Amino acid sequence: MNAIIFSALIGVVMMLSGIVIKSKTGIKNLAVILLFVLLGGHLAEFYGVFNIHLDTHEMLATTRFGMFFNTIVITATLFYALLSGDEVVKVGTYGAEYFALIFFALCGVTILSAYNNLLMLFLGVEIMTIPLFVLTGSEKKNLKSNEAALKYFLMGSFSTGILLMGIALYYGATGLFTIEAARNPNDTHHFYGILLPLGLLFIFISLAFKVSAAPFHFWTPDVYDGAPSVFTSFMATIVKAAGFIAFIKLFEIRAFDMSFSWKILLPLIIVLTLLAGNITAVFQQSVKRMLAYSSIAQAGFMLFALYTPNEFGKQGILLYAAAYSLATIGIFAVLMKMKDYTFEGYNGLAKTQPVLAAANTVFLLSLAGIPLTAGFFAKYYMLAGALKESSSNLWLVIVAVLFAAVSVYYYFRVIQAMYFKEGNAETIEVKPFFKILLIIVAAVIILIGLMPSLLLDLFYA
Amino acid sequence: MPIQYYIILALALFCIGVVGVLVRRNAIIIFMCIELMLNAVNLLLVAFSKMHNAALAATNAQAGVEGQLFVFFIMVVAAAEVSVGLAIIVMMYRNVHSVDVNFLNRLKN
Repeated sequence: MNAIIFSALIGVVMMLSGIVIKSKTGIKNLAVILLFVLLGGHLAEFYGVFNIHLDTHEMLATTRFGMFFNTIVITATLFYALLSGDEVVKVGTYGAEYFALIFFALCGVTILSAYNNLLMLFLGVEIMTIPLFVLTGSEKKNLKSNEAALKYFLMGSFSTGILLMGIALYYGATGLFTIEAARNPNDTHHFYGILLPLGLLFIFISLAFKVSAAPFHFWTPDVYDGAPSVFTSFMATIVKAAGFIAFIKLFEIRAFDMSFSWKILLPLIIVLTLLAGNITAVFQQSVKRMLAYSSIAQAGFMLFALYTPNEFGKQGILLYAAAYSLATIGIFAVLMKMKDYTFEGYNGLAKTQPVLAAANTVFLLSLAGIPLTAGFFAKYYMLAGALKESSSNLWLVIVAVLFAAVSVYYYFRVIQAMYFKEGNAETIEVKPFFKILLIIVAAVIILIGLMPSLLLDLFYA
Repeated sequence: MPIQYYIILALALFCIGVVGVLVRRNAIIIFMCIELMLNAVNLLLVAFSKMHNAALAATNAQAGVEGQLFVFFIMVVAAAEVSVGLAIIVMMYRNVHSVDVNFLNRLKN
């Protein structure tokens, strides 16, 4: 419960600090300090030191899984603020407010990792996405940012409407909003039989919108491309991972595998998502847009965790959240230092900025799932989980591996541009502190890649 | 009245909203259609709440109260969304003097 309360209160503190603190570095430093406070408060609960306990009538239930996810998310946000905090305050004149909105979104994320009731699912999703609408449109004079905000807002509230319809039907069938209620619907009326699957289907569609699974992904590229790069970095990593945690919690109760149709629907969506993400990413000219499509492709892998809600899937999604978030935050941090966002803009980066190029290579290798990086084990756990569930999933695993091979092509295009192409990649000023941080993040990714048990032992300790 | 009528009415309103979102190109009208979707849900929730109350009132007089509670949360969140959404639409109108959602696509190319 600490993380929810702390993040909400810190958001308010951050918002009001804008009145007092005028310097941009001051705001950034305050945000970093407050993130440390948030992380400390959360870890205090994690290790049982101190916990603010509120009676929520079992609407929220903190689980070890959820708390571990929160630790990953808050740490990733900390790295994000350290690496890209300067860019956040540069977007406009309201630096403190941008950070406040990020904290409010984090509050929504922490609610999503702990919800036990569909009311909290709804509130968590809304608390998470409404600040993002504002952040997406924060470049007020930029038409692309305008369009992205409008599109994101319309798609977001449209999918919320679908989510609510699903919840209403679910309520009609069960008489309760708790997620356990799906297990034992009361069957006094004959039409209840249709309401529950229909309600679950609506909820499923809505959450598929939120995590941008095909065929509900069409808004993602435009929104991620149009939003200011700093906020795309936040949306594509932390918020997307939170969407999956919300998704998994529903699937965990095994409400979905009661019927045969889910066994067909979900693999179909996984294959479509992998196809839509990977194939379109190949044809992009802008690295930022390529990353938007690659985030769809990565979502395809994360969907495996829903298909196989066993221990492998749960550990896998945690590893995936950590590996994917850290790598993408790193790539975006480097991207924001570039003057030109196209692939040509990276030409010869290895000569002008060797540290940036080397770190960027580690991040890209991790996204592609090359061994010795965190991304490899993340993908491995996902696929191993699917095979463990049933060997008839072999075809799905083969399809996923083939698409992972496709993804290597467009990730390596960046590496090729950096190392093997002649050019003079122009960057804005890079501070030594930034380079050290990039090396630390890259080291963490390699460390998780060498010993994923380090991270997972924390989970079971 | 049987509950089926309420379900059909709510689903009809919801479908009008969905079709409106998909077909119309004016941002304000799309926005109104989304509100229509949310209010269809409100109606359905209240109807279900009453239904559960009627079915379980003998054992639990409070039965079905959660459904009505949920409606209040939807209203509050919808109001928050309206404030952000209208701000975004106004911001867009200031830049392009139009609320047509296709307009921005054309400007970009």
